[in-house]
Amino acid sequence: MKKNKQSGMTFIVKTITNLIIGFMMVFGAYIVLYGHITPGGGFPGGVMIALAYILITLAYGRKVVESMVSGIAGSIADDFGALVILILGFIGLLIGGTFLFNFLPKGTPFSLFSAGNIILYNLAITVKVGMSLYIVFLALAILQRVVTEDETQEVRK
Amino acid sequence: MTLYFLDFVLLIIGLYALVVKRHIVKKILGVAIMEYAVNLFLILLGFRKAGIAPIFTKDMDINTFIHTAVDPLPQALVLTSIVIGLGTLALMVAMAIRLYERYGTFDMEEINRLRG
Amino acid sequence: MTALLPLFTAIPVFSAILLLLIGKFDKKNFPRIWSVLTSLSLLVILAVIWGKGTIVHEMGGWKPPFGVVLVSDHLSRLMLLIVNAVAFLVTIYSYIYMKKYEDYLRFFTLFLFMLAGMNGVVLTGDLFNLYVFLEIASIASYALVGYGVDAEELEASFKYLVLGVLASIFILFGIGMIYSVTGSVNMADIARFLTANNIADNKAVLMAVGLFILGFGLKGGLVPFHAWLPDAHSSAPAPISAMLSGVLIKALGIYPLIRIFYNVIDMTPVISTIFIVIGCISMIVGALMGSGQIDIKRLFAFHSVSQMGYVIVGIGLGTPLGIIGAIFHLLNHSVFKSLLFLSSGAIENKTGTRNMKELGGLKEYMPVTSGSAIVGSLSISGIPPFNGFWSKLIIILAAFQAKNMWAAAALVLTAFLTLMCFLKFLRHAIFGEASERVKGAKEASFAMVFSLVIFAVLCLLVGIFNGWVISNIIVPAQSVITNKLGYISSVLGI
Repeated sequence: MKKNKQSGMTFIVKTITNLIIGFMMVFGAYIVLYGHITPGGGFPGGVMIALAYILITLAYGRKVVESMVSGIAGSIADDFGALVILILGFIGLLIGGTFLFNFLPKGTPFSLFSAGNIILYNLAITVKVGMSLYIVFLALAILQRVVTEDETQEVRK
Repeated sequence: MTLYFLDFVLLIIGLYALVVKRHIVKKILGVAIMEYAVNLFLILLGFRKAGIAPIFTKDMDINTFIHTAVDPLPQALVLTSIVIGLGTLALMVAMAIRLYERYGTFDMEEINRLRG
Repeated sequence: MTALLPLFTAIPVFSAILLLLIGKFDKKNFPRIWSVLTSLSLLVILAVIWGKGTIVHEMGGWKPPFGVVLVSDHLSRLMLLIVNAVAFLVTIYSYIYMKKYEDYLRFFTLFLFMLAGMNGVVLTGDLFNLYVFLEIASIASYALVGYGVDAEELEASFKYLVLGVLASIFILFGIGMIYSVTGSVNMADIARFLTANNIADNKAVLMAVGLFILGFGLKGGLVPFHAWLPDAHSSAPAPISAMLSGVLIKALGIYPLIRIFYNVIDMTPVISTIFIVIGCISMIVGALMGSGQIDIKRLFAFHSVSQMGYVIVGIGLGTPLGIIGAIFHLLNHSVFKSLLFLSSGAIENKTGTRNMKELGGLKEYMPVTSGSAIVGSLSISGIPPFNGFWSKLIIILAAFQAKNMWAAAALVLTAFLTLMCFLKFLRHAIFGEASERVKGAKEASFAMVFSLVIFAVLCLLVGIFNGWVISNIIVPAQSVITNKLGYISSVLGI
């Protein structure tokens, strides 16, 4: 019985996805931007944004999400995120004498623009972690497709 | 004390799943359960009865923070450990898919061409 | 000067990310050349900081015990020398060898991450930071072992992965136990707390000791945790086998044991006995199981287990002579075992087989490769004037000096077993009549031969000038190991 090759899942899932995606992205951005004051930071925010893309993949199929953010673009964004962290570390080495030195002005406590360059680290880690998880899921999705096609032809290595 | 004991039981359940089960995905889930158990152990070390979360807000005195908050250092360690566990789990899953392509089975008892 | 320390991890990571970015456009030449330049620059930085005493670098400006420190004393510099020198020569070797896999980009990226992780493990002064770098190096090595995705390589890689993750979980458990007793994860702070409060029988510390021996012993390939080592080291591509057997089991398994049991927790007589027993069993089991192998890489891998047993016996003896012998054997083993694995890679590349019974008479067809294989086999068996003889002699003398006759007997027996195995390898593979496969073989390419010759020359030179090597490189490392209070005072500044 061939599955309907219309991509993705049923209409109910697609409607709920449409409603939730915006909320997930905004929530992820909130966790990232307030990461130096409240719990959270780069890694949980990045995971939320990656989960939003994974939800689109599950609901709509791989081709739709690849037209939004392709595999190559995700990979390049991933590398840029890591490069920004390293460059910030090196600038700290040049200015302060130790690696990862905090060289921006620290501001007043409990406000949004405080704690120096921690907010820049949070943003870089969000991009890196989000795109990493997304690319890993895309790669696993591609592998899954190869296995099911081979199975119908009964090829076993 | 019972919390530590229950955490150890969780570790043993994960170890049982890793050693006894033959299906690869069940072994991977056993590893995931063991990692949860160790992360929970690290957080339990900093636990304090009737403690508050270690967030220092504007209207809090430093003494109340020291005497009532739970220990924040293990929580930072556990964040790193969760990320590392995520990376390892992704690698295991990818390798399990590739093993299925090559051997045609998920059963670990039949995947033993290297011996001796 | 302290600002140079984080560069040992930052530069390989930076090179790896740069490879990922620019390698999308130039897949063939840029990864190889950039990796060789990176490992060469690390050797240059090591030459700058050599011999400057203990250097402490505080990350981010936070003082210990609040922040992470990087400590570079004589033992760290010796391990850095081993790791970076072997990595440089292996990078030159894999310039040509990886052509048959046709994917330079991912190989060199993972290789540079593994190098960054190993450098970080050796340099750090903080237990949890050691765990993080250990995981970085381990995950990169799991992916590298299964690099050519054949059936057998994937199976070996999966076995290695599961056991390695188990070891990491136990190490994290041990770190948690130590934190619950002392309240900090900084190594110097833990040492200060344990000596000041004189906690010798604390049950939590004992459990942490057991968990560390289990975890780090598994990473270092000691018996009874050695089950992954023959499969992983023989199925990996030859440069990765050289890195794994040559530096990874030392930097990730033996070095943390030395650092923790001499500088952080005290070495009690019970732990010393455990080390000597595990070492003796590793030596004998490794040599015995290696004598029945036909695949040459599996033979070399079992002998890695056996030689690591030598090092652990030397460390367990606890006397200064034993520690000198153990660290000298660490240095020697990384040189000759890498040489043996690289030469087996050259043999496999040109003849297409690793089976000893199908080879033979390589002496006429591949003279340089067989010459270096002969040098490596004589070194590992302990024949003078090569370097293996001196380090094994020092460990045996230390065993006699400590009046531990069982250990001395096991050491001498293993030396004979190793000699027997490698004579068998030489007779079947190098001498004898040439088989059909060997007759079509030519000499290996220049880049591979270059690394082999340099390793062989190093074997000979370290053997001949062993007095200079011991007094200038090994004895300062030994003086750092046995000087716990000096370590605490140089890191914490008290």
